Amino acid sequence: MITKRIIPCLDVKDGRVVKGVNFLGLADVSSPVKLAQFYSENGADELVFYDITASSDGRKLFTEILTEVASKIFIPLTVGGGINTVDDFDRVLKCGADKVSVNSGAIKNPDLISEAAKKYGDQCVVLSADIKRVDGKFTLFAKGGRENTGIDAIEWVKRGAAGGAGEIVVNSIDTDGVKNGFDLEMLEAVCNAVNVPVIASGGAGGIDHFKTLFHALPKVDAGLAASIFHFGEVSIKDLKNELHNDGINVRR
Amino acid sequence: MIAIIDYGVGNLFSLSSSFKSIGADTVVTGDPEVIRKAEKLILPGVGAFRDAAEKLRANGLDKLIIEETAKGKPLLGICLGMQMLFEKSFEYGEYEGLGLIPGSVVPMKGVVPDDLKVPHIGWNGLIFPENKPKSKIFKYLNEGDHMYFVHSYYAADCDDFVSSKTEYGALLTASAEKDNVFGVQFHPEKSGEKGLSILKAFCEL
Repeated sequence: MITKRIIPCLDVKDGRVVKGVNFLGLADVSSPVKLAQFYSENGADELVFYDITASSDGRKLFTEILTEVASKIFIPLTVGGGINTVDDFDRVLKCGADKVSVNSGAIKNPDLISEAAKKYGDQCVVLSADIKRVDGKFTLFAKGGRENTGIDAIEWVKRGAAGGAGEIVVNSIDTDGVKNGFDLEMLEAVCNAVNVPVIASGGAGGIDHFKTLFHALPKVDAGLAASIFHFGEVSIKDLKNELHNDGINVRR
Repeated sequence: MIAIIDYGVGNLFSLSSSFKSIGADTVVTGDPEVIRKAEKLILPGVGAFRDAAEKLRANGLDKLIIEETAKGKPLLGICLGMQMLFEKSFEYGEYEGLGLIPGSVVPMKGVVPDDLKVPHIGWNGLIFPENKPKSKIFKYLNEGDHMYFVHSYYAADCDDFVSSKTEYGALLTASAEKDNVFGVQFHPEKSGEKGLSILKAFCEL
């Protein structure tokens, strides 16, 4: 039986890990390499690194850090942030990333997904979508959740999966940073629309939220979170033990 | 010295780093002389079977690998590199593999239930065959240990040579071996400490 995955997400800016609450008000947490090593040793199934740097110096620093992480940590690594072209895929894959996550880059150029999937395979392309309810409709946002694209989010993920995205990360802006649980309604709508792995993101505040997620939506493959792991509110070991005791299949 | 065979398919940074982390002496190379001198061989691979098999042939490395393994040199094929050890693959057509292990590579679609997603991506447990000693490369593993899989095709018609399976709606070949030729469908270099222990056991053969 395939296991449900627990994925810590590290937002990296100027070489340090940060985490936004509702994507605003950043606070420095720790060293990316040390944090990644800690998570890997404690049972993380995968790691996601988002490069939230805008400057080219920051980008260079990010690829250096990624190379260091990939030379020390032997679990799957997904990299996102600033991925706008197939060359950007190439840049991070060379540093040891296994999968590349696209967000705003795919909104600007929807062909990016199929171009990258053709070159590197579907399993390499992750579509990350920031979604918020606008007048009751799931709507796609761009630029780290700051810009309403007006695009129907469910249609968007369907198109992404059909174009070759091998996984979909659903970031609910409505629940992000609130720590009140994952956005089950939004996740269900996405799960019903696509037949590729769906990763839930935004809203995890404790172990019970992961239990609810996997029991309520068996089609969700993985839960992603940042601050609850970074600040030690939830340890991945405890989380996996409790999920196991609750009948959810996890790697321990 | 272990040669990680570079034939222009995929990125070998992680694989090479994982061997470095267990203190193994490896070289990433496509040079026939270096491959001949190496004590052990690693055949990596990602992407489509046809492209990979063509690239291997274009470099004459297919014949070299067959020659070197015939001398008893240990070889470990990983992911697509494992699939290439078999006689043929039915990925988008019918293509010849190296023929080092009897069997063929077939699509998972139609074998696993329709409600399961293909590719099979994620961590899945190993099931060892009954009535067979545990594979030498699994000496540090226990049954049920999880490995990281990413694949849409799997090796079939090779039951005599299967050293582990995994359950994904159906029992799929997770690894196979014949004499000094070993293949793992999953990625040991991405499967944490347990995965590294397989590389270590291979180095110790």
